[in-house]
Amino acid sequence: MTKLVQLLFEGVSVGCLYALVALGFVAIYRASRVINFAQGSLLLLGAYLISYMVIDKSVPWFLAAAIGVAAMVMVGVLFQVFVLRRVTGQPVFTVVMITIGLNIAITALVPAIFGVNQRPDGTGDPIGTGELTVGGVVFTWVNIWSIIVTAIVLAGFFCFDRFSRYGLATRATSVDEEAALAVGIPVRRVNALSWGLAAGIATIAGIFLTAFPRGLDPTTGDIALAAFPAIIIGGLESPLGAVIGGLTIGIVELLTQGYESNIPALGHNFYTIAPYVVMIAVLLIRPYGLFGQRPVERI
Amino acid sequence: MATPSVAAEPVRSGVRGRVRAIRLGTWLTLPVLAVGLVLPFFLDDFWISTLVFVLIGAIGGLGLNVLTGYTGQVSLGQAFFLGVGAYTAAVLGQDHGVNALLWIPAAGLVAALLGGLIGPTALRLRGLYLAIVTIGLVFIGQHIFVNLESVSGGSQGRAIPQPAFLGLDFSSDQNSILGIGFNRDGLYYYLSLFILALAMIFVRNLTRTRTGRALQAVRDREVAAALMGVDLARAKVGAFVISSFLAGVAGALYGAFLTHVDPLQFNLLLSIQYVAIIIVGGVGTVWGALLGAIFIEGLQPVLERYSDSIPLLQHSAGEGGIAVGDATDIIFGVLIVLFLVVEPRGLIGIGARARALAIRTRVARSRQAASGLEEKA
Repeated sequence: MTKLVQLLFEGVSVGCLYALVALGFVAIYRASRVINFAQGSLLLLGAYLISYMVIDKSVPWFLAAAIGVAAMVMVGVLFQVFVLRRVTGQPVFTVVMITIGLNIAITALVPAIFGVNQRPDGTGDPIGTGELTVGGVVFTWVNIWSIIVTAIVLAGFFCFDRFSRYGLATRATSVDEEAALAVGIPVRRVNALSWGLAAGIATIAGIFLTAFPRGLDPTTGDIALAAFPAIIIGGLESPLGAVIGGLTIGIVELLTQGYESNIPALGHNFYTIAPYVVMIAVLLIRPYGLFGQRPVERI
Repeated sequence: MATPSVAAEPVRSGVRGRVRAIRLGTWLTLPVLAVGLVLPFFLDDFWISTLVFVLIGAIGGLGLNVLTGYTGQVSLGQAFFLGVGAYTAAVLGQDHGVNALLWIPAAGLVAALLGGLIGPTALRLRGLYLAIVTIGLVFIGQHIFVNLESVSGGSQGRAIPQPAFLGLDFSSDQNSILGIGFNRDGLYYYLSLFILALAMIFVRNLTRTRTGRALQAVRDREVAAALMGVDLARAKVGAFVISSFLAGVAGALYGAFLTHVDPLQFNLLLSIQYVAIIIVGGVGTVWGALLGAIFIEGLQPVLERYSDSIPLLQHSAGEGGIAVGDATDIIFGVLIVLFLVVEPRGLIGIGARARALAIRTRVARSRQAASGLEEKA
């Protein structure tokens, strides 16, 4: 029982990070119908920037984190403005491939700039290695803070989405880009903003992803691959779906990791692919995810 | 509606561009084939072995182009089918002593069978949803490969047999056909060239048949195609089968040429390479796969070979500067981005542009001539 509670807690905590990455995907997908395959590399670059400032240049952590997030927001916006804006109107697939190219380039650029060695302290965050033990279940502060910060970011995102003018503009653009343009919504600015948001959220996810005990290394960005099932389960255009998908994936992953030794037929490390198996099962029942919209087709 | 179902939106180059590309292709076929046949006599082993990877990439890329380019089903699962092909070759050729003339097509058939089983998911999923499910296929496939030790040799990998038929031994450097000596790379070059030529003829002809037009109708507008009587299930599953077949054959050749493969080689990056091949070359074109493969498969070996003369590059770790692997990836990524921003139709599109420019110049010149005549009159 203790083991189950422990795994569920850790699953929720990891799931929160998946939810953050997934939220970045959803932000971009809603604005431009593109899945951003570069999300993982943006996370990686953001985490390395902060880590470099804090550990190599002794910048205070909170300042470095703020600068890092702001810098990555700029990177996201600039990439949209200077690269993606040029391929407006091209097939989605072309744009997706550009984000794949960006991912490959940044993922190789990071070890070239910052070195290939692991940075065990991650971003040098002040949370440390402390933990709470309640009834035999260990709650590390990193996990607790991951959940709290994710909740704050999600709340912020929902408020932005519901109550701000740009949130409304984003929703309108996601429903119908042409109609949005026709009523004077600055669709280009909405697109740029969505990239900034996604990169910023990715960096925040990166901070907690690389905190104790995981550490930061050039493969950290691969988490984005693990977050794909989350957005698909939730449905590509639903922020709520991203959260539920992320939590589902986190819990499924941790539970399979904890219990897979009881079922040898699954093979070693089945937990790494369990999210994909769940994703395929969900898609066969609901092809557009739990909260996705089925597009209505006209001839 | 700008994009009613963006996910299903086809990967299309303008119809006129395609027609021009086809004409261009027809005129170029014979000279290109002739160059392809004599090329190895003028190149050293490095270039021949690079070209073998190019040809194998073109075979697999052509398969993906049938699925993604002609039928509009985006797949990132090509690496899985390459793996299936390589392991089929290993099991049949090595464990059962089957001749390569059988195990090469068999590798394609087994992959095609699996493609046919997985194809029906495409009936329920569209666009990027399908793309991500095929990513899942790559991960699940790797998991199965690692755990099926009797087939794959586990994470250590296993040897892939060398073809031997018609008196030719692909493991040796001393072979002769009609008195001309061929080494191992040369034999692989001609075998791959032969298979690629067959595949290109097949795909070219396929696109002009009723079935091929059905595939393209599915890509352009699925609902409309269904209303006109195209059997969506047949078209999509068929495209998956053809694509997987070519991937399986490419996988068998790839494994055999490398002589040893391990499951982690059939990863997402390999799939991405194949997608990059067709996008850089030209989506929905027969020649695109070859052009793209020249670019994508050639990039890494060339960079590695000339890394000495490129500043800031280092050969081995600890010398300072950027590692060759990283530099290749950076250039690879940046080139994909630049390429697609400048010419989203791929290398084929550049050809079409050049032609369009030539035609415009000709028209402008004849107009000038015509106005000159009028002035005289």
